[in-house]
Formats: sequence, C-alpha cells, structure tokens
Amino acid sequence: MIPSSPVLPDQASDVARSVDHLMLYALSGLVFFSALIAILVLVFMVKYRRKSDDEVGIDIYETNRKSHVLELVWSVIPLGLLLILFAWGTKVFFEQNRPPAGAAQYWVTGRQWMWKIQHPDGRREIDELHVPVGKAVQLRMISEDVIHDFYVPAFRIHVDVLPSRYTTYWFKANRTGSFHLFCGQYCGTEHSKMVGHVIVMEPRAYEAWLAGEKTSPSSSAVASGDELFVAKSCNTCHRPDSSARAPILNGVFGTQASLNDDTKVLVNEDYIRESILNPAAKVVAGYQPVMPTFKGQISEEELIQLVNYIKSLKAAPAATAEAGK
Amino acid sequence: MTTTPSAARTAGAAMPDGSPRTHYLNATYGLKSWLLTRDHKRIALLYLVSISVFFALGGLMAVLIRMELATPEGDLFQPDIYNRLFTMHGVLMIFFFLIPGIPAVLGNFLIPLMIGARDLAFPRINLLSWYLYSIGGLFTLWALLHGGVDTGWTFYTPLSTNYVNTSVITVGVGIFIAGFSSILTGLNFVVTIHRMRAPGLTWFRLPLFVWGAYATSLIQILGTPVIAIAILLVAAERTLHIGIFDPKLGGDPILFQHLFWFYSHPAVYIMILPSMGVVSELVATFSRKPIFGYKFVAFASIGIAVLGFFVWGHHMFVSGQSIYAGVIFSVLSMLVAVPSAIKVFNWTATLYKGSISWDTPMLYALGFIGLFTIGGLTGVMLATLGIDAHVHDTYFIIAHFHYIMVGGAIMGYLGGLHFWWPKITGRMYPLFWSKLSAIVIFIGFNVTFFPQFILGYLGMPRRYHSYPPEFQVLNVMSSAGATVLGLGYLMPLVYFIWSIRYGPKAPSNPWGATGLEWQTTSPPPVENFLTQPIVTAPPYTYPAPKRAPEVTRGV
Repeated sequence: MIPSSPVLPDQASDVARSVDHLMLYALSGLVFFSALIAILVLVFMVKYRRKSDDEVGIDIYETNRKSHVLELVWSVIPLGLLLILFAWGTKVFFEQNRPPAGAAQYWVTGRQWMWKIQHPDGRREIDELHVPVGKAVQLRMISEDVIHDFYVPAFRIHVDVLPSRYTTYWFKANRTGSFHLFCGQYCGTEHSKMVGHVIVMEPRAYEAWLAGEKTSPSSSAVASGDELFVAKSCNTCHRPDSSARAPILNGVFGTQASLNDDTKVLVNEDYIRESILNPAAKVVAGYQPVMPTFKGQISEEELIQLVNYIKSLKAAPAATAEAGK
Repeated sequence: MTTTPSAARTAGAAMPDGSPRTHYLNATYGLKSWLLTRDHKRIALLYLVSISVFFALGGLMAVLIRMELATPEGDLFQPDIYNRLFTMHGVLMIFFFLIPGIPAVLGNFLIPLMIGARDLAFPRINLLSWYLYSIGGLFTLWALLHGGVDTGWTFYTPLSTNYVNTSVITVGVGIFIAGFSSILTGLNFVVTIHRMRAPGLTWFRLPLFVWGAYATSLIQILGTPVIAIAILLVAAERTLHIGIFDPKLGGDPILFQHLFWFYSHPAVYIMILPSMGVVSELVATFSRKPIFGYKFVAFASIGIAVLGFFVWGHHMFVSGQSIYAGVIFSVLSMLVAVPSAIKVFNWTATLYKGSISWDTPMLYALGFIGLFTIGGLTGVMLATLGIDAHVHDTYFIIAHFHYIMVGGAIMGYLGGLHFWWPKITGRMYPLFWSKLSAIVIFIGFNVTFFPQFILGYLGMPRRYHSYPPEFQVLNVMSSAGATVLGLGYLMPLVYFIWSIRYGPKAPSNPWGATGLEWQTTSPPPVENFLTQPIVTAPPYTYPAPKRAPEVTRGV
C-alpha cells in the first residue's frame, strides 16, 4: 500500500498518532533552533563583515556583566525543553511497550529469513499476520538463530526478537489495510527479504479468514503442546501425583517458585523455556537436578507449544480442595 | 598570545621572501627519513596520507552503495556483496578515517606548536602509533581482498560469532591493533598537554583546540580497551566456541551490545570533539575576537567527554533492555545535549561584533555549525524514547549520524586542513576553488542526507539491499546528492596536491591569527621554535602580533 502522505507513513494505531504528535513537538524545536542559529549567523556574517585589513572584533564578553546571564539562559531553556521532551517521550514509550490486559496472544518465531506466526487458535502463517481491527494484539516473539527485529512502521514501534528469551510487541490497529512488516535488525544475507505484511481486517472478515482456506487441520498451541508433553515423555516425571520425581506443573504458572539455593523465581514463559533447555540452571527446592536437557532436540515452535500447554494447566481440583481446607 | 621579542632568532636562516631556508620538510630527504622520523609534524603527514587512502576507499564504497540504492530491486550486486560494501564502508570510515582523523593529523601537527613545545612527550611512541595504525589498516585491507566482512560495522552477536563465514577475526584483529594506536596517541597528548606547556601557558590560556584534543584523548584512553575486550571475546567465541554471546552456547547476545556501545558511543565524541575544537579556532580567528564564554566552551568539551560514557544504552532502547534502563539512558542523553547546545550558542555569539572575513576555513566552520545543529537536534529526537522506538535502525539514524560525522566531523576536519595548510606545507591554495568546494560540499551533503530523514520516518530500515518501490524517489535524490558530494570532496584533493608544487608561498601568519603556531615560520623549522616562546596573554587577543621575528626580511 502506498502511504497516503509523502512524509508520514500510514497511521494505523492510536499509539502511532501519539508518536507523530511527539515528533511534531520535537520537530518544531528543531525548526525553531536551526532557523534561529541560521538567521543569526547570516545576519552577523553580513553585518560584521570585515571592512578593513587591520580591523579587529570587539570582545563584549568580559566587559558585559550580562554575558554570564546569557550563558545561563541558553543552558537552562534548552534543558527545560529537553526534559519536557524526555518526559513526553517516556510516556509514549510506555504506551508502546505495555500491552493492555486481555490482549489476544499471538506467537512469532523469527529465523533467517522468515517470520513464522501462530494465532491463538493454532492457525499458522508465514511472513503475513492477519489480525482483526480494533482488538489489542500481543505478540510473544523469539528467534531461532540471530537477533531479528519486528517492525511495522504503521504502528511506529520496533522490538528486537532475541534468540535468548521472549520479547513482547503489541498494537491495536484502528484501521484496516495491509501494512509493511520489516526485519529491523540486520540479520545476514537476505535481511532485506525478511519482510512481509500485517493485514488488518474487519472482525467478521478475520473470522471468515480463520475458518476458510484451512489446508491442513491445525490444532491450538495448547493441544499441540499436550501431544508433545506425551511425545517427549515429560509426563513420566511431571505427573500430578505425589510420588513424582519432578514438580507438579498444574497451576504453577504465574506463581513464585522456591529454588534449591533459597531464591525465588517467577514462573513465566521465559522460566519454563529455560527449564526445558537448561534444566539444571534453576532447580525447584526439594528436587534433584536429574532432568535431561532438551537443547537441540526441540524447536522454538515446539517450545512455544509446551509453554502454552503448561500455562493452560490449572491447579488440579484435588489440590485446590486441599488448599481450601 | 605573544612571544618574547627574542624568540626564534634564526641568524639569517630566512630566504629573501621570508620563508626559512630549512624547515621540517626539507631538513632531510629520502624514504627512510620519513619512515623513521620522530618529528610530530612528519608523523602527522604520514597519517594524512594514510587516512586519505582509507577515506577514498570508504568513499568509493559509499558510491557503490548509493548506486545500488538508486533502484528498489537489488539488481546491481548480490546481497552478500552489498552487505560487505556497507560493512566495510562503516569499518574503514569509522576506525581508519574518522577516529584517527583529526587527532592524529591535526592534533599531531598542532599540539606541540600550539603549546610551544619541541615535540610530543614521547616521539618514538608517536611513530609506533602510526605503525600500529598502518598494520591494523593493512590487516583490514587484507581481509577486504579476501572477501571482507558482512556483519555490519557493529558486529552484533550471535550473527558475528556463529552465523557468518567472512573475515570477522581478521578485521577484528585489524581494529584491535589500530585501537592501540589510538590509546597511545591519546596518552601522548595527555602527557604532552600536562607537562610541556610553554612558560606562562596556563590551562585557561590554552587554545580551545587543545581542550578538545585533551577531552578526546581521555576518551581514547578509557574507552578503547573495552572495544578491544569485546573483539577478543568475539574471536574466542568464533574459534573456541566458548559461550559468551550466543545463547545456544549459554551466552547472552545483549552483553555484546553493552560492551560495544560502551566504547562506540564515546567514539562518536572522539570524532566530533576535535572538530569542535577546530571550529572554535576558526570562528575566533575569522571574527578576530576571543571566543564568547571561553571557559564554558572549554568545560563543555570535558563535560561531553565525561557524560558521553553514561549514555551508551540509548543505542539499545528496543534491544530487549529493560524499559526502565531505557528511561535512565534517555534522560542522561538529554543532558549530554546541553554542552553541545552551549557550544553552538557561544560560536554564534562570537560572531556578534566580530570582524568577520569570508575566507575558506570560515565557510567550512559555518557549514559545520549548520550541519552539526541539525545533527544534534535530530540526535535529541533519537534520545527521546517514544521517537526512537519508531525510527531506530531506519534511515533516520543513518541521516542523523552522517550529519554528525560527515557534516560535523569532516567539515571541521576540512576546515582545519584549509586553515593550517599554509602552515603545514608553506603554500597557499586557490581561494576561489576552495570556497567553491565548501559550498558544493555543503549543498551536496544536504541533498544526500536530508531525504534520508524522511525515508527513515517513513520506515525504510537501514542495511536494506532492496526496498519497497514507494521509497525510490527519495533514494534517487539521495544518490544524486552523493554525486555532488563526491565531486565536492575531489576538489580539495586536486587543489591541495596542486598547491604543493604550484601554490604561492605562504607567509608565517596568512590569516592574522593569534596562537603560537602562527608565530613560527611556514613551514615550521624542525625544532618548531628556535627559542622557547613565553606566553603573556590569554588566547585570541587581537590584534595579533604583527610578524614573527624570525621571518622579518633581512634579519
């Protein structure tokens, strides 16, 4: 889609509008100060042009007591304007980076040189992301190899996609259309081909798109994770009974786990991922570091499915009843 | 600044036209006399030749990059070739032209002259610096001939450690070796400025160029070891597979970015501070009055050097770094803008009631002020979290840092070269052509880089070999401007070389400047001053002393 303005990219979210307003403030400062300096320099150049060979300039700094005041004025005024810019910029940055509660969660896996995307219902696509208009969308992103960066100019936000942990991108599109998706972090040979589109649709069209043109039966991330949990024999140790050699995972997500070294860790997506790849790093108190590593045996997409499955495990009714006593 | 009347009595060493019979250029002849010289002035010329070679090579790559980007399709080069071109453009320009540029050429030549010293504190180490620089440069050129490197000049991990098959280590070693040259140069300058000032030359009588060089040297000494460590760690991970940066080996990729920018952000000030020093000299000289607020300008240099070490995280706002760390780095980056603003205002105020001549160096200095102002103010935009999150790693960044490094640093460098060329070579260059070059470079620069600000805000990412067709108009403008800019840079090359042989002889003080370097002959004698100069006044006290005694006709 060709942008509607030659100097502004498409504005497809409220955050994008906030960024443009902020930019306008900064730009007006730039124009004002550049013009001020340019005009002063040109006026002085002409007015004080050397008239004769032995002419010298007049030093007014030492003779004029106001010089120090002037120094102070042109230090403090820019500082004040800069601090406003800083505060405003920080406010917008928080808008850009803090997804609202209840945003629909999508998963993005970057690799040289493509984007693999999984919808909440398990639907997958490559280099395209279809989303409904007016709904907050949160992307949890990870890379299989080098650092990539998810960048949609129409939403005015970049977020790096790391090979080491999940990062979050969010937006709420306020208009339909197709918008550029770029890899914003140089990632090797075909970096400039790691591009695609975010396609914002009316909710009904999105539903129809989800339902239609299904070529292969896709199951949700949770269901795939359930299958993997068995296939990788996780369930032989992590089973919901007291004789298990590994912690029970039901209801564990979002809690604080006590570790062997008396520290605590928040059980979140990164911790679960780390515990699959590097189980000995943070062992839960009361257990031995006996779990084998799955590093190199499991893809990032499979990890996402397992994480989703473990997230979905609610505390077992028995445990809840016990806790209720 | 004045010398004692007895300074430099040369007992008939002057030619009838006032230039000295023997000076540092003709005191000895032959290749060996240059390659084994310990004279800071000759070493400066060795640097001038070598950095010019790297500037030309880096510029050639820029030409090829702009040719590729004239069309949206990647149709001129294969992507791997394009990636090598922009990487080598960055590596050569930054590590082998801009960082050594002004300190090693103008600083080497001028610091002893400006402070009334015979040479730098460690002349042998100074020569060693040049050899280290040259060996580092040759390593890098050798790597270039073997396919170069395609990681981007930033060498981000784990791409650079485990995913590319190009000469990462060779180029890394080249930069590593050149880094020692930078450290030793900085050390030499610091010791020289502390210990070897002429009698009466107190700190607040130092020319502002010396303040700029001093601040730069501090950064070189303190910052460069960190990039050396980062390079060694990359080499260790590449060769020995020790997990430092690649998470597959148990490392953390963000750690590299911290180490890299801890040096590479202050490195920007290595490029710009000496240029600011040059501009202070030019504005004072061509307005014939002291710099407005000398102490503010001097301390602003130190302030920039110190604060510059605390802002590296503004390169990493979207890297996955904590957003609260981003907040701290943002406010610190705002603070570092203040001393830069002070400098610009003080230069402008210096013009007020000056006696302004429109000589070539002054045109370059004014070009610097204009371009640096835009570069600095767009830098402030980038320090703003909400804006950076959008324009990070787009052409907005490219435009911004070219305004600082090319519009700022190179304009200052060329201004300085035009100012001191008569002193360095004893020859004048054609005034018309040199003024024209300043104007052509200024216009060519803006046509090249201004459209890139708009491209960046529109969302065109940097380091793209091909791009969506709607970005083509602005890219074509940029490529057209680059042609003009390239021609502008060729002009000084031609008339400077011409002037060495055909230029009219330069008097000792062609601009009527103060400063000890103008109190000796052009070119200076091997000893710089034949008797020890004594300083009795602050810098920029006009009118300048009429004529250096040693060149008075008939002495």
